[in-house]
Amino acid sequence: MSEIDTWVARQRERAAHLPGAALPWLTRRRADAIARFADLGWPTSRLEAWRHTSLAFLEQQALAAPDSAAHPAATLAALRAAFDDGGHWLVFVDGQFAPTLSVIGTLPTGVTVSALSEAFNTAPDAVEAAFGTADDSASPYALNLALCGDGAFVRLARGTALEQLLHLVFIGATGAADSHLRNLIVADANSEASIVEHHVGGGATLGTVVTRVQAAQDARITHVKLQQQDAQAIHVAQIEAEQARGSHFASHSLSFGARLARNDIHTRFDGEGCETLFNGLYHVDGRRHVDHHTLIEHAMPLGTSREYYRGLVDGNARGVFAGRIIVAQDAQRTDAVQRCDNLLLSKLAEADARPELEIYADDVKCAHGATVGQIDEDALFYLRARGIDEVHARQLLTYAFAAEVIERIAHDALRKHARTALLARLPGGAMLEELL
Amino acid sequence: MLKINNLHAAVDGKAILKGLNLEVGSGEVHAIMGPNGSGKSTLAQVLAGRDTFTVTDGSVDWDGTDLLALPAEERARAGLFLAFQYPVEIPGVSNAYFLKAAVNAVRRHRGLPEYDAMDFLARVKAEMKAVGMKEEFLYRSVNEGFSGGEKKRNEVLQMALLEPRLAVLDETDSGLDIDALKIVAEGVNRLRSPERSMIVITHYQRLLDYIVPDKVHVLSQGRIVRSGGRELALELEEHGYGWIDAEGKATKTAAGARP
Ligand SMILES: Nc1ncnc2c1ncn2[C@@H]1O[C@H](COP(=O)(O)OP(=O)(O)O)[C@@H](O)[C@H]1O
Ligand SMILES: [Mg+2]
Repeated sequence: MSEIDTWVARQRERAAHLPGAALPWLTRRRADAIARFADLGWPTSRLEAWRHTSLAFLEQQALAAPDSAAHPAATLAALRAAFDDGGHWLVFVDGQFAPTLSVIGTLPTGVTVSALSEAFNTAPDAVEAAFGTADDSASPYALNLALCGDGAFVRLARGTALEQLLHLVFIGATGAADSHLRNLIVADANSEASIVEHHVGGGATLGTVVTRVQAAQDARITHVKLQQQDAQAIHVAQIEAEQARGSHFASHSLSFGARLARNDIHTRFDGEGCETLFNGLYHVDGRRHVDHHTLIEHAMPLGTSREYYRGLVDGNARGVFAGRIIVAQDAQRTDAVQRCDNLLLSKLAEADARPELEIYADDVKCAHGATVGQIDEDALFYLRARGIDEVHARQLLTYAFAAEVIERIAHDALRKHARTALLARLPGGAMLEELL
Repeated sequence: MLKINNLHAAVDGKAILKGLNLEVGSGEVHAIMGPNGSGKSTLAQVLAGRDTFTVTDGSVDWDGTDLLALPAEERARAGLFLAFQYPVEIPGVSNAYFLKAAVNAVRRHRGLPEYDAMDFLARVKAEMKAVGMKEEFLYRSVNEGFSGGEKKRNEVLQMALLEPRLAVLDETDSGLDIDALKIVAEGVNRLRSPERSMIVITHYQRLLDYIVPDKVHVLSQGRIVRSGGRELALELEEHGYGWIDAEGKATKTAAGARP
């Protein structure tokens, strides 16, 4: 038996004891998923979509639970302090729901917020409908399906609105070498919510996260992901959205932490007049690696998509962006804009930005562009010519470059929190606090 | 007192300033005119410390300081101000933050207390009024989406706030309609003082109807080829730059022929 077979056998065993094991449909899907993973193995650079981000090393590497990490309660308290407007907090530690840390305020009638591990019992049919299968998944997400025992389950009945932010906090503490989470967000017609995923802590663990969003007609869902994991963590995550007519979905992905972070973000317009915003920012330094693969499928007419990604790549780090937009033959009067701009902050930093437009309709407006560059020397000189020293000027321009992405976050406290998180990563951040 | 002596500067190995001499006394306003490509902006940028240009020979003495030895930011703090021909857009940095950072950098250097937010706002609003800038420009990104005239006003605003000892204005008048031109000229005239020297670079003589210079110089092919009073500007207006170019070449040939 090869190493991976042994590992898979162990995971099969593990799946049998996960929450939801009593649900026959789930047992079947988990079995299919682990079979798919066993078949595919970890993605290697031979696969086009993983060309820059091979996970083959995971086959060799025994994952270990982190041996030290901040206490989850302290981590959570620090996070909550940034949001004095309350909000709802669903907290997971090492991949498991932490009821004692979670605080869910009063929810409007028709809104359900619960842990997936509970929803398996309380709403099995709804979970089944939203859960997804591993049939076409890349292997890490098949593995996720096989091994996820928890995550968030959010359901918004027709016409309901969650006024305050729903925070999903995923804390890597000391209990697990790997964790697999699946979040299901089911938004019925005309409902509205903003959901924030915070990924913090993590040690040297592997975490896979799949977030599935179903936005029914005219629903408005904003999803913000703030990944600030420890510099040893491996974070592999997928966001999958399906949008019905007239719905609006925004995905903000801020990737600041982890040794390796991979995000696959995908939405499909299944009805006319859908809108989406993909807004992303990554910062990597040292030997860290970040990869965003995005896909916006304009399957129906009159859709509007805006995609803006920016990357700060420092040290020996590498930033990868591959953004695909597919405009189907029927998707007339599509309006799509995609940009990815990278700032290299050191000589050894590397960024790959690849836009890919496939347009099969003829009446469309599509624009795209990608850049990899250094700090604008003209701007640098302009600041210096006004007495601002070079170090400060560079820091200011770096921050300003990244801040454009953060400014697209509409919620005040969240935007401020994101700024603080960014400044904490940048040299001279304290000096720039004045900007806030 | 500024003394530029035999200044040579090159970019990418290409000589642009080729032995430029100029003296500007305290309180004086000198105009530099010259055809496009003669090296006016190069002179301005070299004075401000842009290191794209390599100084290959010559010196610049500024009240006893070797100006060329200072990095750009130190020149600015010591009181040199360049109004850019093409002010740079800086997305994401608010004009307010930028102006405050600049003013406080200069004040720190002069041993003056830094402005707090309130004092600064009061000061900047008064100066903005004087140059006809709406307050909203404080909260927009530096020069981003400003019209040509708005950018130039923003330069004059910065000059007023920074109270330089030596101001170099690089074609601050180009592209302005007559009303904007008058505002810019007023901004300059308001700042005229016995301690402050100014070099006003312009392509057209019309600015000199509003800013009356002590001296006018003509720059051609990297050298001052003529110096005189205001009447020189009128002469240029009448005859164009053609004769200067011809004369510039003639001078060069003559210089080359010298043993
Ligand atoms: N960064 C640069 N790289 C190459 N050539 C330059 C650069 N800046 C200026 N030049 C050249 O130097 C000459 C003088 O330019 P400039 O000083 O801008 O003239 P002016 O301001 O008088 O119009 C021109 O021939 C111009 O093309
Ligand atoms: Mg010029």
